[in-house]
Amino acid sequence: MPRLSVLMIRSALVYLGIGFLFGGLLLFNKGIPFAGIVWRLLPIHIEILIFGWTMQLVMGVAFWIVPRFSTPSRYGRVWLAVLAFVLLNVGVWITVAGQWGGSLNLLLSGRVCILLSGGCFVLHIVPRIKPLSVSKSV
Amino acid sequence: MPMLTRYYLKTGLVHLAISLFLGVLIAAQPVFNLSTSLPVLRPVFLHLLIVGWITQVIIGIAYWMFPKYSKEHPRGSERLGWAVYILLNVGLALRAVCEPLFALEPGSVGGIGLAASAVLQVSAGWLFIANTWSRVKER
Repeated sequence: MPRLSVLMIRSALVYLGIGFLFGGLLLFNKGIPFAGIVWRLLPIHIEILIFGWTMQLVMGVAFWIVPRFSTPSRYGRVWLAVLAFVLLNVGVWITVAGQWGGSLNLLLSGRVCILLSGGCFVLHIVPRIKPLSVSKSV
Repeated sequence: MPMLTRYYLKTGLVHLAISLFLGVLIAAQPVFNLSTSLPVLRPVFLHLLIVGWITQVIIGIAYWMFPKYSKEHPRGSERLGWAVYILLNVGLALRAVCEPLFALEPGSVGGIGLAASAVLQVSAGWLFIANTWSRVKER
């Protein structure tokens, strides 16, 4: 498994742990109320699990599994995938800060980062979605 | 495909079928003037789909496909794997029963069921991470 995939998948697992914890607090509080402030975690729980866990896991596994080129660079334009990783994680945390603090500007900034992350990853991965006959990287 | 993965995938398919059926029921409520209590099923629909289907399939495939933990235990602890399966699915089943019950009858025993469901599902998630972390590695 390439190092970037290790980073992405381990990051995704961290988000899974945090997202499940927040979800567990929300569900527990629903059944046996202990702190009303817990409900503020709901949008953060959703954000962390959709983008931090699911999207990042897909990116990490795709970077690993999708066909490689037979000439260097075997993984194609890796810098795009690295940028996608950085933008995704920065975006998630900015969005979470915006949701917790009620800042629409932070929310928007976070969403833009995640959008750019998706764009970078698409630009990286599309050339690798190829038939066997295409061996050279772009 | 290891037996545990087959259990994860087949159980995931059951969650998929139930959640999609619930989705139809919820959407059909205003169209066919069905019981106004049906919207209490929405959180169950969402979590059976996202946790019961998507996350469970991911767990099952990861258990099968991720790099070997060691020669002696290529997939890490099978016992932990089974524990995750049981905790996750019992937790989800509890949620599926107790969440609508609690919504319709606040203060009922459904509240305790929801709290128990929360503990079970969080435990499942963290045990999965513990059993998988070391398998996420370079060759």
